[in-house]
Amino acid sequence: MIKDITLGQYFPGNTILHRLDPRGKIILTILYIVVIFFAKNLWSFAAVIASAVFLTIISRISPKTLLKSMKPLIFVLAFTTFFNVFWTEGEVLLVKFWIIEIYLEGIIFAVMMIIRISALLVGTTIILTYTTSPIMLTDGLEQLLAPLRKIKLPVHEFSMMMTIALRFIPTLIEETDKIMSAQKARGADFTSGSLAKRAKALVPVLIPLFISAFRRADELATAMECRCYRGGEGRTRMNILHYSGRDTLAFIIMILFGAALILLNQIPSAISL
Amino acid sequence: MNDPFIKIEDLNFSYTDEEGNEARVLHGFNLEIERGSLVAVLGHNGSGKSTLAKLLNMILMPQSGRIVVDGLDITSPDLTEDQLFENRRNVGMVFQNPDNQLVATIVEEDIAFGPENLGIEPKEIRRRVNDALAAVGMTEFARHSPHQLSGGQKQRIAIAGIIAMLPKCIIFDESTAMLDPRGRAEVMQTILRLNREMGITVLHITHFMNEAAMCDRVVVINDGEIALDGRPQEVFCHVAELQEIGLDVPQTAELMYELNLSGVRDGEGRELPLSCLTVDECADELCRLIDSL
Repeated sequence: MIKDITLGQYFPGNTILHRLDPRGKIILTILYIVVIFFAKNLWSFAAVIASAVFLTIISRISPKTLLKSMKPLIFVLAFTTFFNVFWTEGEVLLVKFWIIEIYLEGIIFAVMMIIRISALLVGTTIILTYTTSPIMLTDGLEQLLAPLRKIKLPVHEFSMMMTIALRFIPTLIEETDKIMSAQKARGADFTSGSLAKRAKALVPVLIPLFISAFRRADELATAMECRCYRGGEGRTRMNILHYSGRDTLAFIIMILFGAALILLNQIPSAISL
Repeated sequence: MNDPFIKIEDLNFSYTDEEGNEARVLHGFNLEIERGSLVAVLGHNGSGKSTLAKLLNMILMPQSGRIVVDGLDITSPDLTEDQLFENRRNVGMVFQNPDNQLVATIVEEDIAFGPENLGIEPKEIRRRVNDALAAVGMTEFARHSPHQLSGGQKQRIAIAGIIAMLPKCIIFDESTAMLDPRGRAEVMQTILRLNREMGITVLHITHFMNEAAMCDRVVVINDGEIALDGRPQEVFCHVAELQEIGLDVPQTAELMYELNLSGVRDGEGRELPLSCLTVDECADELCRLIDSL
């Protein structure tokens, strides 16, 4: 059960998306989020859907995995749909029942919101988390945030923390499993009773987990010292990030996409916001 | 070759707990380690063997005494920070728990960690990482994530991470203690190869007598002092002394010892030799015994 929690699901591959510079990808993701909010009418929304489909195809990630990743979003989608459908007022009244009034505009608005949120999720996960390894991501972040070092922000330390956290997540999950099994063998019950009771049952799991995590941290610190770690100063990297032609190309495509959305918004359409 | 790689003179070290109680770990400790030798360090828990390792790597500092490593006096008061890091690079350390010494999420990134800290050129780091992976026989696992590996494999990656810093000496602080027999054999093979082929001086702290028997020299530490020191064949002859300080002897030596105790003598009335440390030697000796009767 615990094994299902994966942070930063990364699908190894060698597509053009995998090969983009992580620094560029972080900026591209932010651009994509902004650009998606340009869409205002039927045509531009069609373009947004097309962009999500395009990203899925070039990333070679199966649509099934993508749909699965959207599962936790169902609640958010249902919530926004509910409010959009029942609380939007418009001109074309479709249903009037007691105090409930449903307008066509509400339904259109809800559908567009669903498209927007889904495209947002698909776009950001494909560009960033699914095709960038966590280590590339932290490297990219470290270098993007490097200028902040001038104002004494601990950028290197932050990225080191991220790397170590990512490294130890599987180790600690394994350990939690082990401790839970050990407690179960001693008659602990994690699955029945009220929420408060179940939360209480986790205390004997958390305490040994914390103690062992502290011990691990202590040993790791010694091991890092032995390997001459002394902070970010004077440190080099084995893998240097390369900004190349394809990254420029990706930026050009993103800007063209934004411009296209703005142009498409100009086409008169029956359905628009 | 004549000056020793490590020279420890009259070393004193004690831990002080929160209440100010001193616990003496090493007192008047002397030891010399030859260049390129493979030395096993034995001792029961709390005998000061791990403390010794941490002193050589300057994780701990002694109260008094002198430690000279590769011609550098690391206990000197005017040791510069650069010299400290140079010593840490020169004397690598592999710890007990393989999980708690790997830093990165990808094997080759982890091996690169040490050289990166030293500020080495990226191209040179790449070359060293590849060499280190080859040296421990893990080349095909370069892109794996550490948690996908077995204990023995993780420990070999930890060793590769040290080799990539090009040390002259590696200290193994009970690095085989948490592994299964197969992982232990893998690591021991690697240690032997590093010593024989790359000429790295090895200090192997262990609880496993059969591993100690594979080394050139065995040093037994008891209560912060050297109890026994010599070639494995010599040291393991002292079965009674070793058992008294709470250590095992290799099973072969123990068998011979017990046979002698129970009064078994060969045709000429001699005791069995305690110096045979491998199963084959032991079997030969027993065959000789049976033939002579």
